[in-house]
Amino acid sequence: MKYNRILVRYGEISTKGRNRKKFTSQLRGNILEALKDQPSISVNASRDRLHILLGEADGDDVITRLSSIFGIQSFSPVVMTGRDVDEMMEAGLALVKKSFEPGKTFKVSARRGDKTFHLDTNELNYQIGSYILKNMEDLTVDVRNPDIKLNVEVRKEGVYLSSEIYPGATGMPVGASGKAMLMLSGGIDSPVAGYLTMKRGVEIDAVHFHSPPFTSERAKQKVIDLSKKLSAFSGKVNLHIVPFTAIQQLIHDQVPENYTMTSTRRMMLRITDMIREKHEGLAIVTGESLGQVASQTLESMQAINDVTNTPVLRPLIAMDKLEIIEIAQKIDTHDISILPYEDCCTIFTPPAPKTRPKREKVQYYESFVNFDELIREAVEKTEIMQIDGSSHKEESFDDLL
Amino acid sequence: MIYLDNSATTKPYKEVLDTFMKVNETLYANPSSIHSFGGKADDLIKRSREQVADLLGVEGSEVFFTSGGTESNNLAVKGTAMQYKNRGRHIITSRIEHPSVKKAVEDLEAFGFRITYVGVDEDGRVDPREIAAALTDDTILVSIMHVNNEVGTIQPIREIGALLNERPKTLFHVDAVQACGKIPLDLHAAGVDMCSLSSHKIHGIKGTGVLYVRSGVRLSPLLSGGEQEGSLRSGTENTGGIAAFAKALRMHLKEREESLPHMEEIKGYLRKGLSKLPYVTVHTPEINSAPHILNFSIEGFKGEVMVHSLDRHGIYLSTTSACSSRQHKPSETLLAMGVSDVRANSSLRVSLSFHTTMQEARTFLETLEREIQSLTKTMRRSR
Repeated sequence: MKYNRILVRYGEISTKGRNRKKFTSQLRGNILEALKDQPSISVNASRDRLHILLGEADGDDVITRLSSIFGIQSFSPVVMTGRDVDEMMEAGLALVKKSFEPGKTFKVSARRGDKTFHLDTNELNYQIGSYILKNMEDLTVDVRNPDIKLNVEVRKEGVYLSSEIYPGATGMPVGASGKAMLMLSGGIDSPVAGYLTMKRGVEIDAVHFHSPPFTSERAKQKVIDLSKKLSAFSGKVNLHIVPFTAIQQLIHDQVPENYTMTSTRRMMLRITDMIREKHEGLAIVTGESLGQVASQTLESMQAINDVTNTPVLRPLIAMDKLEIIEIAQKIDTHDISILPYEDCCTIFTPPAPKTRPKREKVQYYESFVNFDELIREAVEKTEIMQIDGSSHKEESFDDLL
Repeated sequence: MIYLDNSATTKPYKEVLDTFMKVNETLYANPSSIHSFGGKADDLIKRSREQVADLLGVEGSEVFFTSGGTESNNLAVKGTAMQYKNRGRHIITSRIEHPSVKKAVEDLEAFGFRITYVGVDEDGRVDPREIAAALTDDTILVSIMHVNNEVGTIQPIREIGALLNERPKTLFHVDAVQACGKIPLDLHAAGVDMCSLSSHKIHGIKGTGVLYVRSGVRLSPLLSGGEQEGSLRSGTENTGGIAAFAKALRMHLKEREESLPHMEEIKGYLRKGLSKLPYVTVHTPEINSAPHILNFSIEGFKGEVMVHSLDRHGIYLSTTSACSSRQHKPSETLLAMGVSDVRANSSLRVSLSFHTTMQEARTFLETLEREIQSLTKTMRRSR
């Protein structure tokens, strides 16, 4: 038996009023993007549910990938038959067999979307149920609390049978709430911040600061790999790689040591903001969590945030490190994040960064040189990579493996 | 040449040798070096690990590269013992394990571990009930091979795994060196905590192996050093060997799909032909045995004599396992199966690869038959 389609139930979307249509079409697009290597798939979205027509595609593979797409409450692989009772009985039997283990109970739960069908729900339940009972051993009926519930839905166009329900990733479809720029360092926190923001429907562009030769190609590869993990939730992620060496050196030469960290963050935020404007983002996302490091005190945040009015979203602000690590492990970014390469945040960290920097002081230190020109140049020379599930770099090994 | 000793080692695939050469020519950097050249070698290992994990149906973080089956077995057995010695000091294994398991548990006896060896029936099969009976609160490890290297019997791994399912404190190690690519095993579904594989048994290159370690299981490393392989196995990675393993596993599993029925046909043909020969008894059980191993004995002839006489015709096979054949002791596996000393001393093992042809099998049988006849004459005269 092969699944013909997968029935997807919306989560929060269905509580939305007039915007619902926008949300469902976004979800449809995201599903298509995530499954784009399977050309035989098509997706029909309707008011309260969505059908993925599988064609030639492998249902089990689609199930794995669907579970990470936001905006789905739950989904069920479905077998579609004609409106013929014999056909329904056979398909029902095959489905129950699939989830059966000795001693399990089941029930048939028929519904008629089309009331003209010649059997009513009780008759359907009885006919299909008794056929399955007759053909299986060690299976009993339990109408109150069955282990396996076989749903049979008769509609005009055919009959849908399903028995398995998989939980979805919940949240909102990515892209339904606009776009934000994620400052992605390579550490543990920022991918988690990106993930949580995506879960609320925000499309993420990642911004990474690259300072060769102070930071290596492997640090860059790490960020590419992290973006790839994040792209599993949205289909794709644009990664902006900012050449940051010149600015970092200038800060180092110009600003007193205990203020370099504050100033560096300010420059990063300014650049990210310019990239955001250029690519029509609406907010900036960071992995900051209060009190974790010197730059994450309220005083420090105020001195850094001083350079922009754009909303800076900090989904991790009140989280403990252990909670963050737990999510990082769940979304499979943790092991990449802990690879020990120097990145833009670790390379020039002074021995004693100011934990309570003053905004006026950092403004004063920066006022002696013209950072604007360098910032504009950095934005111009920013490299943009589109990261999706399929990787570019790794293919070079195919002949070896 | 007719090579029928594939359980001892297999001929590396040409493509696998190409990979090994190419990696050692062009990607020879130390994967731990932080320059980009080292990074590239490290990437190749990462990709190899992912490929092996995909093929085995496990996670990349559960795959550890070692120097081979012996090291994987030692790491699993001793690593478990040292890590969990405070949980208990009892280990269960079978009488017919490979020396790298058997000797490893023997070594542990000196450290105060108690070992229970379960026996096998006349087919060489372990009875899970015997394992169930031997389990105590003190049992930290059960180590059972998947396919016996001498007679090819398949052990009831799923049943044993199910038995241990309720006992999170007892780890389950499976030596699958002979089974890999011949008998499928869903490691997660079977409840296996550790599983050993070896590259040169699947047309890879000697000196590389894998230990699968289920996520959540911690082992005490045997080698201290540079903390490669997640600190479980220090030592500069054998990049070429690792990539070669990943490639060999892919090719071998692919080949299985196409060639398994053919291999089974040849094995069936050999079994039938051998049972018709005078003085011959086949020891490999007819059902539940691996498709590539046939063990038999010829009454009145030392196994070694027959190996040498076939050798003159360019036909290569083994007495018992290659590892113990130089010790001039009768096969312990056969003895455990209740085969007599004399019979066990005259045992021979034919092991096939997916490349073995029916013609080779035919020539082997004909040659064997002639050799038996001519040797019988000589032996009679000398009597």
